[in-house]
Amino acid sequence: MTAAVSIQSLSQRYGTATALDTVSLEIEAGEFIVLLGPSGCGKTTLLNLIGGFAEPTEGRILIGGRDMAGVPPKNRPTTTVFQDYALFPHMTLRDNVAFGLKMRGIAAPARAAKADAMLTLVGLQGRSERRPHELSGGQRQRVALARALAVDPDVLLLDEPLGALDMKLRRQMQDELKAIQAKLGTTFIHVTHDQEEAMAIADRIVLMNAGRIEDAGPPAEVYLRPKTLFTASFMGEVNRIPLTAGQTPLGPLLSGTGTLVIRPEAISTSGPLALGPARLIDLAFFGGYQRARFAPRAAPDLVLTAHLPQATHLDPGTELPLFATSHLLLETDP
Amino acid sequence: MTLAARERRLGWGLVAPALLWTLAFFVLPFVAMLALSFARMEGREVVAGFDPGNYIRFFTDWTLFKALVTSLEITAVVTVVSLILAYPLAAIIAFRVPQRWQRLALLLAVLPFWTSYVVRSYSWLLVLGQNGVVNKTLLWAGLIAEPLEIAATRTATIIGFVHFFVMLLTLTIYANLIQLSPNYARAAQDLGAGRIATFIHVILPLTLPGVVTGAFLTFVLCIGDYITPQILGGNNELTLPQLIMLQLGRSGNFPLASALSVILMAVVTLAYAASARWLRLDRL
Amino acid sequence: MRALTWAYMAALYAFIFLPVAVLVTFSFQDGRLPVPPLQGVSLRWYETVLSDRNLMAALGNSLLVAVVSSTAALFLGFLAAHALARVRLPGSVLMRGLLIAPMTVSYLIIALGLLTVFNQTGIRLSLWTAGIGHVVINLPLCFAITYAAMGDQQRSAERAARDLGASDWQVLAHVSAPMLAPALAAAFFLSVTFSWDEFIIAFLLTRFDVTLPVEIWSMLRSGLSPATNAIGSLVFLVSVSLVIALELTIFRRAR
Repeated sequence: MTAAVSIQSLSQRYGTATALDTVSLEIEAGEFIVLLGPSGCGKTTLLNLIGGFAEPTEGRILIGGRDMAGVPPKNRPTTTVFQDYALFPHMTLRDNVAFGLKMRGIAAPARAAKADAMLTLVGLQGRSERRPHELSGGQRQRVALARALAVDPDVLLLDEPLGALDMKLRRQMQDELKAIQAKLGTTFIHVTHDQEEAMAIADRIVLMNAGRIEDAGPPAEVYLRPKTLFTASFMGEVNRIPLTAGQTPLGPLLSGTGTLVIRPEAISTSGPLALGPARLIDLAFFGGYQRARFAPRAAPDLVLTAHLPQATHLDPGTELPLFATSHLLLETDP
Repeated sequence: MTLAARERRLGWGLVAPALLWTLAFFVLPFVAMLALSFARMEGREVVAGFDPGNYIRFFTDWTLFKALVTSLEITAVVTVVSLILAYPLAAIIAFRVPQRWQRLALLLAVLPFWTSYVVRSYSWLLVLGQNGVVNKTLLWAGLIAEPLEIAATRTATIIGFVHFFVMLLTLTIYANLIQLSPNYARAAQDLGAGRIATFIHVILPLTLPGVVTGAFLTFVLCIGDYITPQILGGNNELTLPQLIMLQLGRSGNFPLASALSVILMAVVTLAYAASARWLRLDRL
Repeated sequence: MRALTWAYMAALYAFIFLPVAVLVTFSFQDGRLPVPPLQGVSLRWYETVLSDRNLMAALGNSLLVAVVSSTAALFLGFLAAHALARVRLPGSVLMRGLLIAPMTVSYLIIALGLLTVFNQTGIRLSLWTAGIGHVVINLPLCFAITYAAMGDQQRSAERAARDLGASDWQVLAHVSAPMLAPALAAAFFLSVTFSWDEFIIAFLLTRFDVTLPVEIWSMLRSGLSPATNAIGSLVFLVSVSLVIALELTIFRRAR
């Protein structure tokens, strides 16, 4: 089952603090949405409002066209995978997963069968009789997912579900989440502060900052064509070069006013935009690339970061001309 | 109805029974007792009114006031002696007894806690009485010629109390000591403090809230107890609870008994105010 | 230093166990007085005690009052703790203070207050009135223990249960109470021991049917007797067995 979610001019204020500031967002049925942003940006608040754990100060939420105002969590077509999993420690895995079905009055044999099927879906077949404390972090995460999916929600909410896992396991779970979502077609709304995770799983990333939506779009678009300077720097490392009426510290590069944004992987020894000669400060090996820092001759204090090919051999102090293969001109932050 | 309002209604519904119970059977009785303390006796009849006579009588009649002095003296000695005895025991269990035996050691240290309260005082009578274990042993060893008069004295009351509160305080102080990270002591010793300096400057201040809480509890339970002085103390002097029970029993003087109870409560409240800064009642 | 430490520990344990040891030893006295010398070992005082109808009736009364009043105290305390730990209510600090307050008041004062009210309203004294008093003293205990046990883990599990469609009562019955089982058992057990051993409230608020401590108290008035030792030893045996059973089951599992 699946449903569209419509968020209309949603605001949430606690006293004078504004957690969410007139946010509007249309989510299609079956979409995998990632709410991304730094801590305190309002992404978890938004998730709580959709789940019904808090009520908005202003605005509406429609799920499948139905207004959710005054509908408590238990009556919403949403379920949540919590950050701390919130598994019931006194129940077996089967009872954990079957809990929602039990609350809906499903008979014991039917819900046991469904619970076992869900545990199989997440790769925990044969462990129905275990208890949560016997599991590893990754396995608990899978149980939490199975439990939330067992009641066939229209919308699944995931609150930083992979935050407690180590890097390798996180990558693996990202792939599995993506596969399960594709199989079930349920709308997934996933909160994270990890932009790599967001890019790995999202159909569409919604980047939030200070209670507002900063940018939204498919991962490639948000990364390559960010609408704001905030998006550009949140999605990955950038070099910023101030541009005032066609003048930059590196000399006249192009016309206009704002901030010239160049990603480290777009700096090279050839390309359409010449940045002038620069001296190599240092070079560090990062596995897939080498991270180099350059001091331009025209403005030695403006350090440029570049990702150079693995095989590059350069000594610090070497001077060479730098070019940008691509660049963006964005409005400077107020 | 909004989510918040629904939650609040549920909250009130859940807290109401306990709240009503406490109001009906704790607050209301106290108010009734307070009102009664301002009534007076005419013959065997209680006459309601606003008469501070019972309080005036208490503060001017030495035979009554003396009970408060006796109670305070006994309670002070009991609290101090119990603390001095219990702290080292708790520390030994927490720091010297191997980890796996600690729970057993603690369980043993408080085992007699589970005898009946009345029977516990009675047992001390068997130990301290004229023909009791202590006197028989000392006589047999030739250390004394005549049996010592311990039972039916203030000393017996104090011994009975100390026995109970050493167990209670060992438990509370141990709970406090065990919560301390061993790194506090390690850090102090690392910085050059000796064992004694570590204890005085680091361990003791950190356990002070627990010690004060235990001392307050001792104070409250000791000053309000009727059984121990009644069984062990003889009739030479009366504590405040004994005086209150005497008013109820012999003369049926409920107004005076109420006034004495209000005074007892006031003393406890003063003790609470004095130690409130360090008290952690929520962590008992 | 080391020898001194162990000597101190031994001395205090001796002090702590002395009265209990004397109590139990002379419960087997083959004579009329429970003081030295021990004239022989006999079980006749246990026979006397176990065939004493008043004493056995008092024992039954004590257990009844303890179990009923502790159940009530636990029920009231748990619900109130759940509400105050979960829902933001105006004046919750004040309510917490009020619910804890009876803990800091002498039992004698609580008993006298209740006696005043019962006298004025014409309620006759019985085991029920003593039970009311015992709920008053045990409610703060049950409240405090369960309130302290309600941590973040419970909170998020309850949230998850609501999210999965559980009603408020279903959350309480299927998630909150089972998760708090060790704390609830500890609170109930402590209440039972406090109630069944409590003297002054039971003494002032009962009349014809009395509880065990009150019955023992009236035995004391006829002087020292090995029969008192015997009933005291039995009470001790029952309490200690309960403590050990609990220690080996609930508290071991909780850790």
